Amino acid sequence: MISKLRSHLAWAGVAIVGALSLAYVALARGEAVSALWVVVAAVCVYLIAYRYYSLFLATKVLGLDAQRQTPAWRHNDGLDYVPTHKYVLYGHHFAAIAGAGPLVGPVLAAQMGYLPGLLWLLAGVVFAGAVQDFIVLFISTRRDGRSLGDLIKQEMGTVPGLIALFGAFMIMIIILAVLALIVVKALADSPWGTFTVAATIPVALFMGVYLRYIRPGRIGEISIIGFVLLMLSIIGGQYVHESATLAPLFSYDAKALTWMLIGYGFVAASIPVWLLLAPRDYLSTFLKIGTIVALAIGIVIVAPPLQMPALTQFAAANGSGGPVWSGNLFPFLFITIACGAVSGFHALISSGTTPKMLENETHARFIGYGGMLAESFVAVMALVAASCIQPGVYFAMNSPAALVGSNVDAVAQTLSTWGFVVTPEMLSQTAADVGEKTILARAGGAPTLAVGMAHILHQVVGGKAMMAFWYHFAILFEALFILTAVDAGTRAGRFMLQDLLGSFVPALKRTDSLPANLIATGLCVAAWGYFLYQGVVDPLGGINTLWPLFGISNQMLAAVALMLGTVVLFKMKKDRYAWVTALPAAWLLVCTLTAGWLKMFSADPKVGFLAHADKYAGAVAEGKLLAPAKSLAAMERVVFNDRLDAVLCGLFIFVVLSVLVYSIKSILAARAERRPTVQEAAFVPFAAAAGAGGD
Amino acid sequence: MIEVVEAAGRAGRYFAQSLRLMVGQPDYGAYVAHMKATHPEQAPMSYEAFFRERQDARYGVGTGRMSRCC
Repeated sequence: MISKLRSHLAWAGVAIVGALSLAYVALARGEAVSALWVVVAAVCVYLIAYRYYSLFLATKVLGLDAQRQTPAWRHNDGLDYVPTHKYVLYGHHFAAIAGAGPLVGPVLAAQMGYLPGLLWLLAGVVFAGAVQDFIVLFISTRRDGRSLGDLIKQEMGTVPGLIALFGAFMIMIIILAVLALIVVKALADSPWGTFTVAATIPVALFMGVYLRYIRPGRIGEISIIGFVLLMLSIIGGQYVHESATLAPLFSYDAKALTWMLIGYGFVAASIPVWLLLAPRDYLSTFLKIGTIVALAIGIVIVAPPLQMPALTQFAAANGSGGPVWSGNLFPFLFITIACGAVSGFHALISSGTTPKMLENETHARFIGYGGMLAESFVAVMALVAASCIQPGVYFAMNSPAALVGSNVDAVAQTLSTWGFVVTPEMLSQTAADVGEKTILARAGGAPTLAVGMAHILHQVVGGKAMMAFWYHFAILFEALFILTAVDAGTRAGRFMLQDLLGSFVPALKRTDSLPANLIATGLCVAAWGYFLYQGVVDPLGGINTLWPLFGISNQMLAAVALMLGTVVLFKMKKDRYAWVTALPAAWLLVCTLTAGWLKMFSADPKVGFLAHADKYAGAVAEGKLLAPAKSLAAMERVVFNDRLDAVLCGLFIFVVLSVLVYSIKSILAARAERRPTVQEAAFVPFAAAAGAGGD
Repeated sequence: MIEVVEAAGRAGRYFAQSLRLMVGQPDYGAYVAHMKATHPEQAPMSYEAFFRERQDARYGVGTGRMSRCC
């Protein structure tokens, strides 16, 4: 009893430290807050949430059972189903959920100041994101490790299952487009970056051949060789950047890069996986983990002060947002920061490979809930990195040229009128420091994060001279795993498409037929390539259009996963605990439906797709040109794309509303029954001692 | 002292295992042990064959599974 009290007292201490740090971060005015306070506040929140809330979820709500055999034991085949040590599986799960999303969203959200983003990251992960990952992992584990689509089909019916799958396919297309756009924005007119990223292709091909024929399966040694080659390609990039003859060979504008990426996506998704995709996946995964650890160490050692104010003028309630993305704080902050707070895509991972390897059901708490906390921490670090550079530099990098001008003098002048202290020299100097010709209009998150990381890491290793190296290291690290995602996503999309189209043209369904594969790959690449191209030519920078679409769809998928969780809780007859998923689901529905509605119908052309289309259509009718469109044909393209985006938004709303209707029907049916109606796999206890014990 | 070294060795093995699992390669030793225990009549795959089989499985040769997040 006494020792129990003592342990609670220690946790109360953690809570007090966390609360004080958070209060300091939120209330300090007039002086720059050290990033350490943010880190301490975040870590304390995670610890408390894990210790108390996830324990409540595990014991009271879900009733994790240490005696119940997991699929890993029942279907053990040494391949897909393998009982795996808790910490080993945690690493796997974290590497699968953490991608570009948690790094980009918080950087974009920093335009409102660091505080709104930080608060949403913390509250969102504790009450929505980690709950979603945990409960989906639990549901899937109790059902032989089935996928999200199957789970929805099983618990709600075939129609909502199909609708959700279709929604997932559309989300995938938008994700691929927006990820590719981030790479394009980072590499446009940057010979150093373009050379370095291009060099990863021959490096990966070499690794692929090595792993297949020279020393099969020796991942460790080839990854080290690959890493060394990557570092050499960064150094080579500097040589290219400084060479008058080589630099033009690697300088491309955004449009040219778009076509290259589209071509790359098609080829990469058509050649064998061992040749390019697998080896680059090794590099990007290990580099990602290493970089995240390095950034965490860097932030703790350097403790950079946050230059961005807690709140900027763009967070004001009645504004129409800022230059990076339009719209009010509510609802748009909550869709801009998707991954890191709550991400629907994780539901696909938590119902993918992880449940098949869970050694004991009780580990779902550490892996599902704890894994998401770690991702949230990555997002907090991204927010810190974006907030520790000068706000003037931040806005110069992330504002479209149409709004602030296209040379350093014009940009510095516009930003000064907004109240940010910035001079043309500062902007030129920052560009020179990181080895680029310009840093203007590089919205998309990656370059801003890279500047922030370079700012932090050069103070740990290398000093000022290494800043350009660190910048391109960060660009390489993001481009590497984005390109891997583009490749893998195109393949996954191709199979989904073949499945869908196969219902009408059976010949297309054959995944062993080369023409069928090429057609489906082509269609898939064309779909994301179209949105990518549209984003690249978008006068407001593309991110302004595509990121909200991605955010809305991703958060809607999270709402779908949480609705599934709610249905399952009702079916388990855990009605009085159903709020743990119903409340976050309701919040996400409110945010995404409002955001979706505003994106379609807002009268402000900066926010609403249709209002923007009308503005351009009106000008076309009068024969006028609206900058930056240069011809009437370009104007008509803008109008068409706006309307297409509005239709897409409407589709997402339809998907999520229909899943809502089916959820309510399932809940009512479950409530009408006296007994639990869940369809779990049969309970099999652990024989004797094997694997029992839990954590 | 010996316990510390052993614990460090174990932690290192787990770490290496986790890194391999991150790229879709489960523990080969566990696979062989499983085959010996439950299917003694079958010869387990060689490490090279096991590696290829897992590589194909991860990157969805024949399936539409997404193995990672954005």
